[in-house]
Amino acid sequence: MAEGAPISRSAIWRNAQVRAVFYQAVVLAGAVGAGFVIFQNTLTNLRQRGISSGFGFLRNEAGFGIAEVVPIPRLEGGFLAFMAAALGGLLVVILLAWVAGRRRRPLWSSGWGMAASLALLLLLPGAVLYVTHGTIRTETYTEQSTYGTALIVGLINTVLVSLVSCVLATVLGLLIGIARLSSNFLVRRFATLYVEVVRNIPLLLQIVFWYFAVIQTLPSVRQSIVVAPNVFLNNRGVYLPRPEAEAGLAPMLLALFLAVIAAMLWTRHARAERDRTGRQLPVVLPALGMLIGLPALSGLVLGAPFTLAHPELRGFNFQGGMVLTPEYTALVLGLSVFHGSYIAEIVRSGIEAVSKGQREAAQALGLRGGHVMRLVILPQALRVIIPPQTSQYLSLTKNSSLGVAIAYPELVSVAGTTLNQSGQAIEVIGITMAVYLTISLLISMGMNWYNARVQLVQR
Amino acid sequence: MTAPVSNPQALAADDAPPRREIGVWGWARRNLFRTWYDTLLTLCFGWLFYRIVAGLIGWGIVQAGFGTTPKACAGSQGACWAFIGDLWPLFFVGAYPHDARWRPALALLLVVALGLLTLWRRTRTRWLLACWLLAPLPILALIGGSATLGLAAVDSGLWGGLMLTLLLAVVGIVFGFPLGVVLALGRRSRLPVIRALSVGYIELIRGVPLITVLFMASIMLPLFFPSGFNPDKVLRAMIGITLFYAAYMAEVVRGGLQGLARGQEEAAAALGLTYWQTTAFIVLPQALRIVIPPMVGTFIALLKDTSLVAIVGLFDLLGIARTATANPNWLGRIVEAYVFAGIIYWVLCFSMSQASRRLELRFQTRAG
Repeated sequence: MAEGAPISRSAIWRNAQVRAVFYQAVVLAGAVGAGFVIFQNTLTNLRQRGISSGFGFLRNEAGFGIAEVVPIPRLEGGFLAFMAAALGGLLVVILLAWVAGRRRRPLWSSGWGMAASLALLLLLPGAVLYVTHGTIRTETYTEQSTYGTALIVGLINTVLVSLVSCVLATVLGLLIGIARLSSNFLVRRFATLYVEVVRNIPLLLQIVFWYFAVIQTLPSVRQSIVVAPNVFLNNRGVYLPRPEAEAGLAPMLLALFLAVIAAMLWTRHARAERDRTGRQLPVVLPALGMLIGLPALSGLVLGAPFTLAHPELRGFNFQGGMVLTPEYTALVLGLSVFHGSYIAEIVRSGIEAVSKGQREAAQALGLRGGHVMRLVILPQALRVIIPPQTSQYLSLTKNSSLGVAIAYPELVSVAGTTLNQSGQAIEVIGITMAVYLTISLLISMGMNWYNARVQLVQR
Repeated sequence: MTAPVSNPQALAADDAPPRREIGVWGWARRNLFRTWYDTLLTLCFGWLFYRIVAGLIGWGIVQAGFGTTPKACAGSQGACWAFIGDLWPLFFVGAYPHDARWRPALALLLVVALGLLTLWRRTRTRWLLACWLLAPLPILALIGGSATLGLAAVDSGLWGGLMLTLLLAVVGIVFGFPLGVVLALGRRSRLPVIRALSVGYIELIRGVPLITVLFMASIMLPLFFPSGFNPDKVLRAMIGITLFYAAYMAEVVRGGLQGLARGQEEAAAALGLTYWQTTAFIVLPQALRIVIPPMVGTFIALLKDTSLVAIVGLFDLLGIARTATANPNWLGRIVEAYVFAGIIYWVLCFSMSQASRRLELRFQTRAG
């Protein structure tokens, strides 16, 4: 201990900040180094195999067929105008909501703000579509189309299958979840059995079971099972009547839009009246009357919105109508049955999470059964339900990629074919992952926005 | 004042619940026939139950064909269990060589023994954890063969069936779990670079489907390594599953880390423990105990998702079920194959979830 030495100055490697910087530098160097080595190896390997990299292949002719193809609108003329209107309307609404939020008067709190935002979101794009729909040109995928088009078709199929399955899984999950809380012993047991069986068997097994063991063993076209009038079930899929748009469609949609606005304004008015005078005006019946009456009136006066084209057996197959292919049906069935069981558990635990005292207190205040559920139980249950529900929708969308196992042409399946034909493994897998990441991000953003609206506002 | 005092025994009899409220009939009234629509529901679901149970018994037992030859199923309308009776080894070990089948059986015995020890509270110690972490070595030596033990090598292309499914699951859990813990700690780190790398990895993996990661592992992995190194198909699938599920386990562990009271870390810091000491002796033991139930849920999901390797050309339990139906003696026995595979998966997953539920209940009673 020398005289006059600085007071216990610790060594530099004991300084917390220095150590933090050092650790991070080491980890970063490791990550960058590993990335660089992988990059170099990949380049070398690609050169050895004679594969050129880059995204130019997306413009090459695909040359393979896709069984389920939805026409894609070309990005020109009328469709561009429609997209501009839809996006512009959305942007203006977001801007208005932001401005209104700054002034501490939420956009949706005034009837006119609500009507204006609905008009911007729905009426504007609808009107543009009505004016320009004659000029929209579509491209239907053929073997001569490009790889890029093939991937877009795959993406559309992924979205189609996921959306429908999300809706079906939610309905099924709600029913089963409520059934698990039923006071009826058999109903409760049935729901429990469903959940325990379905949750513990791999989704992929269920999908291939629906496809290979159920749908493919259905009777042939000529022995089709008639499920309902003009609905047929056979080993080539489900045949349904197809609605075809008529001249009355646009007026009816307009009438429906006006009815929605009118019903919302009426509900608001009734609430304001009740708050002012304590008198409850009728809400449900007038609202229902508007929602059904106005479109019905439009249909009666201006003609039916659509006609049904029924499938008919001609020769060896059905003509007309629309068909849900076996692949599509199996995938939708598998996804909705599997995720329905998870959603059922989420719904059940959400309702059980609302404490018993809440229900009792609501009853003590004199609320009736429906009001107890709608005003007290559900708002609290939703807060518990929504976050796990979001992750179910996310995982359902990701699980739609299992369609590749039964050759449903969704994104991963089309990407697989593209990869095999073009050899551009890195680009194709990169695109696929990027697309799924984007979808996941969009779903989480939407559900987070909804979640923020229902969460308890704390000080 | 002069109200008749009823005899106390009669009063007690009056206080007893009416007969219609107790016993079997009381139960049935409360649970089955409370209202008229309750009765309707009971009748509908009773009929549904009857149809399902009767259908299953008829198909699976009464009309089924048992035995080991296709003759047993001639003319029967129900299930053909003779198909399973003939080919069941295929479902368990795939194309594994006949004379070496005792090796996977021994490996299975090892896993079952470890599992039983885990369920028994006395033996659930640090040593057991070490055993689990070391378990892949003897198992891989048994199944893949090893020169030191004098076991002939068996090519991984011949591995299949339930054996492969369990192998993928055990490897995924044993390697994915530590990686998940590291990622979770990284996500909670105060160092921005480490946090950003962890968050980036976790969110990237959780945003994409497992099948794309498996495709990446099976197609792109060979491109990432110097040209001499070419991991086989099974190893690639193992790497894909491990990397994928590590991200999910990280999120589960993070839940446990967040559930820990701040005071724990602060107290450890006040005692002068370093970051690693705090993490190893204070934080992780408590956090990991909280997350056992959700972690078992993740393990179950992993086990079920190993079936996806059938898509990238491995013959796990699901893949072999499909292959078995291509046997010329048993063409088209798809329903039996899938039902059998489904029952195996169900028994595995259901018993895991029940064990986790029991564990959870015990923690609750101990805490309360």
